Amino acid sequence: MKAAVVVFPGSNCDRDLAVAFKAAGAEVEMVWHKDTDLPAGVDIVGVPGGFSFGDYLRCGAIAANSPICRAVKAHADRGGYVLGVCNGFQVLTETGVLPGALLRNAGLKYICKTVRLRVETEMSDYLHGYGEGDEIDIPIAHHDGNYFADKETLSRLRGGDQIAFTYVDNPNGSCDDIAGILSENRRVLGMMPHPERAADLGHGGTDGQALFRAVAGQLTAA
Amino acid sequence: MKVTVHVMLKTGVLDPQGEAVRHALGALGFDGVNGVRQGKVIELDLAEGTSEADVEAMCERLLANTVIESYRVDMP
Repeated sequence: MKAAVVVFPGSNCDRDLAVAFKAAGAEVEMVWHKDTDLPAGVDIVGVPGGFSFGDYLRCGAIAANSPICRAVKAHADRGGYVLGVCNGFQVLTETGVLPGALLRNAGLKYICKTVRLRVETEMSDYLHGYGEGDEIDIPIAHHDGNYFADKETLSRLRGGDQIAFTYVDNPNGSCDDIAGILSENRRVLGMMPHPERAADLGHGGTDGQALFRAVAGQLTAA
Repeated sequence: MKVTVHVMLKTGVLDPQGEAVRHALGALGFDGVNGVRQGKVIELDLAEGTSEADVEAMCERLLANTVIESYRVDMP
């Protein structure tokens, strides 16, 4: 599997995401926000966490309009795989690749802790290493992780089995406890929690490892 | 040409910052503050002749996220 990890000014989880992809067996190339094309043969694009462009205007808004994001959107539109974590999830909602938006946390505080997630579906190339209903511990670190979507969008997400993860104990006010969602074709996953921060024994937990192994296994087999 | 864009969270979208400001006003002794909504004002210095349609396109594509925000354009 060949992965590309996007780097914006202010990204700070780009290296961690690359390490997690590599540990799962992927070949990884970093791409800069000014690049206009993804490297040839890329199977999956990782959009990392951080504070792209200082979160100016809205989290992810400036990044979503950067040259590389046009290429990422085109990759997703072609049916390519994209994983957006934290700020990466915000970027994917700002580009319109995923529905909804991330608002300021309901409690107004930046939250940095490990939370328990429920796996809501295993019908995804990212999630088949888990079982539906499994509970896993993954760190969050965000100020704007309060997922919002209108009623129609939420019912469409539910109807399409597109909710990937929910919070067992909602830390940020997200609609329907949503922590991560899939695109309609199930190849784009956006999530606020950081699976790449729970992918090595040194992290204190490895519950995120199965996600990278699942998608790497799937794309290598294909 | 100065153009002002007002961006507000849509009605029905929770505004925790506005709510915190409302609480703080109450704590200062200002009674009867029933609600506070916080938004942003963006001032644009534009070339003469820029059309309102151009400014609306700026709002739709960048200045506002219409999933959660509404905007109003004040042309001179």
